[in-house]
Amino acid sequence: MNAKTLIGIAAVIILGVVGYVWFGQSGQQQALDDGTTKVGFVYVGPVGDGGWTYEHDKGRQAVEKEFGDKVETVFVESVPEGPDSERVMTQMALEGADLIFTTSFGYMDPTINVAKEFPNVKFEHATGYKTADNVSVYSARFYEGRAVQGHIAGNMTKSNIIGYIGSYPIPEVIRGINSAYIHAKKVNPDVEFKIVWAYTWFDPAKEADAATVLIEQGADVILQHTDSTAPQAAAQEAGNVVTFGQASDMSEYAPFPRVSSIIDDWAPYYIARTQAVMDGTWESANTWDGIREGMVAIGEISDAVPADVKEEALALKAAMAAGEYHPFTGPLKKQDGSDWLGDGDVADDGTLAGMNFYVEGLEGEIPQ
Amino acid sequence: MDLGEINPVLLVASLMVAATPLLLAAIGELVVEKAGVLNLGVEGMMIVGAISGFAISVETGSPWLGFIAAAIGGAVLSLLFVLLTQFALANQVASGLALTLFGLGFSALLGQSYVGIKPPSMGEIHIPVISDIPVIGPILFQHDPILYVGIALTAAVWAVLKYTRIGLILRAVGENHDAAHALGYKVIKIRIMAILFGGACAGMGGAYISLIRVPQWTEGMTAGVGWIALALVVFASWKPWRALLGAYLFGGITVLQLNLQAAGVAIPVEYLAMSPYIITILVLVILSADKSSAPAALSRTFHASH
Repeated sequence: MNAKTLIGIAAVIILGVVGYVWFGQSGQQQALDDGTTKVGFVYVGPVGDGGWTYEHDKGRQAVEKEFGDKVETVFVESVPEGPDSERVMTQMALEGADLIFTTSFGYMDPTINVAKEFPNVKFEHATGYKTADNVSVYSARFYEGRAVQGHIAGNMTKSNIIGYIGSYPIPEVIRGINSAYIHAKKVNPDVEFKIVWAYTWFDPAKEADAATVLIEQGADVILQHTDSTAPQAAAQEAGNVVTFGQASDMSEYAPFPRVSSIIDDWAPYYIARTQAVMDGTWESANTWDGIREGMVAIGEISDAVPADVKEEALALKAAMAAGEYHPFTGPLKKQDGSDWLGDGDVADDGTLAGMNFYVEGLEGEIPQ
Repeated sequence: MDLGEINPVLLVASLMVAATPLLLAAIGELVVEKAGVLNLGVEGMMIVGAISGFAISVETGSPWLGFIAAAIGGAVLSLLFVLLTQFALANQVASGLALTLFGLGFSALLGQSYVGIKPPSMGEIHIPVISDIPVIGPILFQHDPILYVGIALTAAVWAVLKYTRIGLILRAVGENHDAAHALGYKVIKIRIMAILFGGACAGMGGAYISLIRVPQWTEGMTAGVGWIALALVVFASWKPWRALLGAYLFGGITVLQLNLQAAGVAIPVEYLAMSPYIITILVLVILSADKSSAPAALSRTFHASH
């Protein structure tokens, strides 16, 4: 291949990508500075993933509905984490976005980088921990939902093997594993977790493979921390395997295999933050809301779950909503047997935000 | 760690399933490239096949009709590539990329009302006695029919390319289209047939994901398999059996590494996660030490006036 062809190919690829981004935003009127607030969203998967991105896009639609003509939203879907996302954010900022939500952990450094270039644009990064004057972080206490899941899962498993499909070994995912394990173990001391890292947020075929592998190795409950509904389909195919909706209700798989779900409700937050930008009251913040604030909801527990288990699960949820119970309450030990929390102590947010260890009883190592 | 938890029979059986979409797409692209055309639109044709197959099998209740529809869907999308590259003489690389972008968007549009629906099951072939043989039965004789179609297709493409007149003509067109033209072969017509065949195969590969491997419809669900198929054709040195080997290696190691993870093997997960790519490339590169090279006219535009 000669140099000319190479340059040609490079030019075509760049054009293609730019065109792709452009079309992603088409259908939206070009922003003129006419007093409308422009809000951008960067998504890691397609809006039709039925899970994580789907819920963020519902939040975006809620913003449009709430503010009508006063707001204009744009989004770009399936943006790879890493440097490519910087380009997308930059493009949004250049096109006049006032507020940009970047909705995946891997956008953390890109968000900070782009925010430096555009001090007048407000950025909101989901599930990360780096803030700046114009960068807020927000996340939901998914681990509260995981506690409810763990409780149900521990009761439902007959093989005492629970399969867990992890995406990336980041604190958010590890918190979920720990929380689910603690609460499954509480009701079923024989329970064992098998954890598989898919190294992707969204790849239905791979997620389905992971679920199938776990089922073949004896798991009869599958918990997932990836974005698509593929593990639900794999479980349904296998029969007699329990699953939980992740990020979204995934009710199309209810009442079985999906027996409950963790639902992320971003709409109130997105509306409040957009309002703050409109009012000029926006400030960099670190928001971490849970069941109490409504950012985490528990999807309907189906009749496949025995009534007493359902009742206990709902009581657990109510206790967390009332602030009476924290999923990480001592005594708890780390995987290596060292003490973590004393009797009655609860984990502080700092430790939780950076959680990089398993609790006692979990097997395997966290990839570093 | 407990390797005993991995059931080797189930492992081999599921690696064949994981490999089939890749194999179907790669065999199709192999024929296209043998005819001297580089179609980078495999991913687009796969995803369009995935939704056409899914939609038709849900509407009709027949997975077979679904697969036929998927083949037609993939082929129809490749017609767009035919128009651009064979008639408008556009750059093949650009047209292929356009095809992928278009296919991804178009399939999302088509698929909006099919999210969360369960497709009819194709079922597995069950031959009395043979399918019940321990070990060999579950591995070789208890799959869905399309998996066998993939293997049969590989054999057919190999035989046709190697032993038949049609194969010879196709290769001639791919090696030197001017010479083939001078001999009186219809270069454009032959290439169109090859591109349509490639589209149909990619479409079936996509439908295999949406109807059998997952089975459901989700936007963007091929998630890059088409690109891996493209790479596989190159690393397989444009030889059908190597493409099969590559697909099985890739699919196999993907499933194996998940199995090893679940069994708690003490190999760092990062290495396991990258192993399918590395091992497949390594094996195929070693195999291709025989210096087999790309079809000489690959991605060159043909016009009869030259």
